[in-house]
Amino acid sequence: MFSFIAKRIVATIPVMGVVALFVFLMLRLSPGDPASVIAGDYATAADIERIREQLGLSDPIVVQFGNWIWQLMRADLGISIFSNLPVTTLIAQRLEPTLMLSLTTLTFSVLVAVPLGALAAWKAGTWIDRAVMIFAVAGFSLPVFVLGYALIYEFSLALQWLPVQGYKSPFDGLLPFLRHIILPTVTLSVIFIALFARITRASVLEVLEEDYIRTARAKGQTERKVLLGHALRNAAVPIVTVIGLGIALLIGGVVVTESVYNIPGLGRLVVDAILKRDYPIIQGLILMFSFVYILVNLMIDIVYTLIDPRIRY
Amino acid sequence: MDQTTQPVLDIRGLTVRLPIRADRENAIEDVSFSVLPHEILCVVGESGSGKSVTAHTVMGLLPPKQLTATAGQVLLQGDDLLKKTPGEMRALRGARMSMIFQEPMTALNPLMSIGDQIEEILQIHTEMSARERLARVIEVMEAVKLPEPERLVHSYPHQLSGGQRQRVMIAGALALEPALLIADEPTTALDVTTQAQILKLIKDIQRTHGTAVLFITHDFGVVAEIADRVVVMQHGLVVEQGEAKAVLRNPQHPYTRMLISAVPSMTPPARPPKADAPVVLETQDLCKTYRDRSLFRAARETRAAHNVELSVRRGETLGIVGESGSGKSTVARCIVRLISPTSGQILIDGHDIAGLSASRLRENRRLVQIVFQDPYRSLNPRRSVGASIVEGPMNFGVGKAEAQTRARDLMKLVDLDPNSLDRFPHQFSGGQRQRICIARALAMEPDVLIADEAVSALDVSVQAQVLELLDDVRKRFNLAILFITHDLRVAAQICDRIAVMYKGEIVERGPAAEVFRAPSHEYTQALFNAAPGRDFEFGSFATA
Repeated sequence: MFSFIAKRIVATIPVMGVVALFVFLMLRLSPGDPASVIAGDYATAADIERIREQLGLSDPIVVQFGNWIWQLMRADLGISIFSNLPVTTLIAQRLEPTLMLSLTTLTFSVLVAVPLGALAAWKAGTWIDRAVMIFAVAGFSLPVFVLGYALIYEFSLALQWLPVQGYKSPFDGLLPFLRHIILPTVTLSVIFIALFARITRASVLEVLEEDYIRTARAKGQTERKVLLGHALRNAAVPIVTVIGLGIALLIGGVVVTESVYNIPGLGRLVVDAILKRDYPIIQGLILMFSFVYILVNLMIDIVYTLIDPRIRY
Repeated sequence: MDQTTQPVLDIRGLTVRLPIRADRENAIEDVSFSVLPHEILCVVGESGSGKSVTAHTVMGLLPPKQLTATAGQVLLQGDDLLKKTPGEMRALRGARMSMIFQEPMTALNPLMSIGDQIEEILQIHTEMSARERLARVIEVMEAVKLPEPERLVHSYPHQLSGGQRQRVMIAGALALEPALLIADEPTTALDVTTQAQILKLIKDIQRTHGTAVLFITHDFGVVAEIADRVVVMQHGLVVEQGEAKAVLRNPQHPYTRMLISAVPSMTPPARPPKADAPVVLETQDLCKTYRDRSLFRAARETRAAHNVELSVRRGETLGIVGESGSGKSTVARCIVRLISPTSGQILIDGHDIAGLSASRLRENRRLVQIVFQDPYRSLNPRRSVGASIVEGPMNFGVGKAEAQTRARDLMKLVDLDPNSLDRFPHQFSGGQRQRICIARALAMEPDVLIADEAVSALDVSVQAQVLELLDDVRKRFNLAILFITHDLRVAAQICDRIAVMYKGEIVERGPAAEVFRAPSHEYTQALFNAAPGRDFEFGSFATA
């Protein structure tokens, strides 16, 4: 087991290397002079030269790549062109809200969706099943910003139960944190609940047709334990796969949700950096998101082996 | 009535209704029979006879809302099961009656250890402590002769063979010493030698524990082997029942007579030798080795076929007989070049096709055609059968009109209505689909026809007809047939010569009559000894 995890971790190193190469080439291979692209339309020749120096663009490309990798090894993502602050500092400042929102969203949607999907499969063809599926279709069709503003209108403005916008860290008290995070979490979760519930329903429905489910019933097992003890675990591999994909999609959803609720997270940083063409920040964020994604995939692979004894890499 | 003569299971006038729009009103109708203590009662019938529905009704495992018992009684030791609540039925299932199923490969939960799956029954029905439960699990595993139970409790189903898995199922079923054991085709998916062991195990257990066994099968060989009494079902009705020997020797109902007559004999009929016909198919040193490479460990090699040499003459049927994993299907797939052999030669009409490139191979594809085991999965469900039949010839340049005419002729040849060419596979029965598969293969005008377990999925009566058809087309087109089967009875009936495969190699070969009369290799002998009902010569009865 541990040798397997170690092997998987070692196997992620070349993947990280390829990602680093792509991020490096993204800037260098874009048409025209990157320094003048970054500097924008109203830059003077001196400005362009300054940026060129700052990014080390005058060195031979191999030297540049060597420097880039050496930088990365020291966890140095460079300096933001506009704020002149290290990219790592900028990311670290914004990391917490995004991380928290992602975690609450993921937890909330899995806790709601998996039981809902399993219930729908168990009661397939009944009104419960249909209600869950109608909710799922609705959840897919509702844009995040529409739902977000609707929830703000109802719970913050009309009922005045919750704050309208902003973010409070859980380290400064759990209640303010929860009051601020509830609406963004619900907003962002709806689409994931719809997605996870659908896949859970389909997967459980398929497993319920299996011979070993009949065997469990022939043993005199109760329907509840047939569902929870036998069916759900066998249905778990596709569910876990989709949850993993969901984490990748989450990154996109976070950007919109953070704008709606004015949360100072990475989503805002991404938008600002792209608008200002702050390449070091963009590079840093791409690298970080890729790293998170590789980590999530690694965790999913490990979870597979925990679920299914037949899966060995 | 005292305890010894009261039936363990007494079914009286049981009727189970099918959903509306089914092809008949009731799945089973007015079914009555009983299972006495200490006896094995076999329920025999073909697919659709209602034998499984009967068993599932007893267990209360019918799919809810689709099938419902509408009349009759099912008495388990005097209690009417049809009057029980779902909770009361759960308390009985696994405890007073238990059931084992056809597919040991899929009947066990792949994510639970063997020990946990047997223990689950004790957890549901008893107040035993964890230690007592484990002791009992080990005890029943020993009783079904599973090797090293202490180690095996921690194993998962995929680490066990089919026979071992069926033993696990039986161990679980017997854990609480039920009064009734229902076995639904428990050996159908197993190899003959494994089947013989499992049948012996069920018989032993029934003797030592006095369990009453309701054994469902389609195989009269199995009936001859283990049944005390027999119930024959057809279209949901019981058509005949009685002592096993009496029914087998002297069947009364025409359907029973037809079924028993359709069981192929273990003695091959006399067939003229075809020594002077030209050899159409020949393999030399044919090898197929699978290599499982991995970055982190040494490559593993599996020799699926090793130095296989065989030849088939025009107008001759060569049977390859063997159990699962013997390599017989690997050889067939190499010859059709669905997979590429690792080394060796495959000569079709004298030309070696073993190493041909994909494009060169295409020209030769017409010459060798194959019919697969499962007629339900080997025809494209979204295409009309006509389209499936004409596709091959048209790929080889036959005009559409001519291909259509050929398809109509072939449908007539395989005894199907030529006007049904525009229908889809699901509109045909299993036997009819296999006829279509044969017509599809013949449309290519091949020199060699390979039948890979082509009759194994069919009911006996249908099997007999398809075998007859195969023999008929062999004569008519002077075809060389390579007939791959695990079923010795079938091989005895259709093959001129037999090659026995074991662990990737041919261990014995010769004319069918000789091999069956005096098998020389010890594996062949073991195989023959394992054939169920081998000592029983099934009579041929007039069915009129």
